[in-house]
Amino acid sequence: MPDVLSDYLLWPLLKIGIVLAAVMGLITYLVLAERKILGFMQVRLGPNRVGPWGLLQPIADVLKLLVKEDVIPNKAVKWAFVLAPCLVVAPALIIMSVIPFGPPGASQKANWFITDINVGLLLVVALATISVYGIIIGGWASNSKFSLLGGLRSAAQMISYEVPQGIALVGPLLLAGTMSLVGIVEAQRDAGMWFVFPQILAFFIYFVAGVAESNRNPFDLPEAESELVAGFHTEYSGMRFALFFLGEYANMIAISAVAVTLFWGGWLQPFSSVEWLGFLDFGLPAGPSGALWFTLKLFVFLFLYIWFRGTFPRYRFDQLMDLGWKWMLPLSLFNLFLTGLLKIVL
Amino acid sequence: MIQTPSNSRGETLFGLEEMELNFGPQHPATHGVLRLRLKVDGERIVDAYPIIGYLHRGTEKLFELHPYFQNVPHTDRMDYVAAATSNLAYVGAVEKLVGLTPPPRARYIRTILAELQRISSHLIWLATHAIDIGAMTPFFYTFREREEILDLFEEYCGARLTLNCMRPGGQPYDLTVGWEDRCREFIGAFPAKVDEYEGLLTNNRIWKKRTVGIGVLAPEVALEYGVTGPMLRGSGIDWDLRKAMPYEAYGDVDFDVPLGHNCDTYDRYLVRMEEMRQAARIVDQCLDQLPEGPIMAKRPRVLKAPKESETYYSVEGPKGEIGFYLIGDGTPNPYRCRVRPPSFMNLQALPEMVKGQLIADLVAVIGTTDIVLGEIDR
Repeated sequence: MPDVLSDYLLWPLLKIGIVLAAVMGLITYLVLAERKILGFMQVRLGPNRVGPWGLLQPIADVLKLLVKEDVIPNKAVKWAFVLAPCLVVAPALIIMSVIPFGPPGASQKANWFITDINVGLLLVVALATISVYGIIIGGWASNSKFSLLGGLRSAAQMISYEVPQGIALVGPLLLAGTMSLVGIVEAQRDAGMWFVFPQILAFFIYFVAGVAESNRNPFDLPEAESELVAGFHTEYSGMRFALFFLGEYANMIAISAVAVTLFWGGWLQPFSSVEWLGFLDFGLPAGPSGALWFTLKLFVFLFLYIWFRGTFPRYRFDQLMDLGWKWMLPLSLFNLFLTGLLKIVL
Repeated sequence: MIQTPSNSRGETLFGLEEMELNFGPQHPATHGVLRLRLKVDGERIVDAYPIIGYLHRGTEKLFELHPYFQNVPHTDRMDYVAAATSNLAYVGAVEKLVGLTPPPRARYIRTILAELQRISSHLIWLATHAIDIGAMTPFFYTFREREEILDLFEEYCGARLTLNCMRPGGQPYDLTVGWEDRCREFIGAFPAKVDEYEGLLTNNRIWKKRTVGIGVLAPEVALEYGVTGPMLRGSGIDWDLRKAMPYEAYGDVDFDVPLGHNCDTYDRYLVRMEEMRQAARIVDQCLDQLPEGPIMAKRPRVLKAPKESETYYSVEGPKGEIGFYLIGDGTPNPYRCRVRPPSFMNLQALPEMVKGQLIADLVAVIGTTDIVLGEIDR
């Protein structure tokens, strides 16, 4: 087989397959993990009927959603109604293509990521924005008043968090001097410091905005169950609803993965320079140990999401905008200014 | 507050229209089957019009068809999360009508049951109120304690929700062996549990943002609409029937009536939380002072009210003043029964509280109103 074919087609496809399968599997079991963890936080057991310890519950849920009738309301705008869920899921999954799950290898096919492009960060920001369109279009196309309000909230939410989020991301970008996500992690290795320490402000702004972006508590306004029935996906059922659901969790994973990469050192093991903490590589070669550390850090963020859900009430959408414009935007600008100053002085 | 400018004919700039939104009767936050016809401008509520009657069962007519004794179960089904206080109001009205006096032990048992019921009703309120505002966890914590109260009820009278636990003239059963101890155990541990709920909510910034200054009910407005209970006390008016006209054992126990100052949702939340603590205090004192003796007064097998007699009797229920107006005509059945349900009166003030607020606030205000549709529609 010619090398070109295997290098540019076979290996990337294989990697895409692996990442997709891993992310899908993670989403399925993230749902179970969320229900279990929430259960323990709320003095109850969580799912425990399907399979041992409820382990087959996600599969039962997916099966149920697959065989459910798929209803498209009469007065809905059909093409938009069908398009909307795809617009939510696809971008969140595409973001995974540039996330470095582990270190680069000796050759291209030994890399622990699908691809490394020199505008990786830009791609992430651009794709993250698209998923909001899915929600707005879904809310509008359903031709239901509650869905419309959910979509409107989403639009309001988008403009108020996306600006500070984008500006916050410039911080690590300035420090690393590259937009490649692999490059940013390597810059953290070379600096001997994860960017969360010099960029703590940017990290908080990014993560809070990220929670808003993935429509999770306390910013789950577009689907606020008690207010808008189910918000933008009120009229969706069956597999189309499942796609929205999938999109929400895929978004959670994408946001967490980007946060880990930009601020928490990606695949880097902590305290790698301290001799007696060398066992933290688990005795594995650089690749697997890096991927393991990445996954561990990812899980911490996913747990945070679930913890939020167990703790916080919901913001009102004007209060979210208030937070976005009056606090996060000035803070992110301040952070940008500080980072620039640091860069010039040092 | 931004409002779309409109001219005198109600036409708005850019030809925008106000949207009519049917909120309920099948909606996760309307606590049953309340329906609200909303006029919204974006998310801002221009007008709200509650529509009731989806749970109407003709209870008041049913009262006329049964003897005084057999009407107690009907009262269970009005405010189905606080059956004991409805029982108490009804049997009190019958006793007043026919001139029966329950023995002291029965009065104390009634007080204990009514206060336990107040706690369990407030727990349901807290659970649904919090979950409406998006805080999910208090729901499960409160239901843990409510379960214990329902277990106590079950042990006393066999039922958990529709208690049917009082009779005109006294109590149907004496406390079972060991009930007092179990009740004391629960009451002793309960204030710490209230602290736990408060730890989740009271100083939570988001919770405060969602409740402080929301659904303001001015004291004058509250009085005009006949609002009672924690809603009225949240507006700073000191009116509690347990203090103002003590009935049963309330005259013998010591308790405080918490009051609000800012008339908003947050103050009503604080009032109800404190009421739970005070209810625990009352139960504790009643258990200490519980007299021995009979539990049922001497009474005829069939109660007949005097001809052309009428009476009104009310008690302080968890949601406000629940009253029964009975007319007797010399037969074993009441001639007419009219209920004063606190939820119905409190609901009237809802449009007043939500005008100009957002849909998200409407949900908070419905929660703080603490309505039960079974009682409103009867």
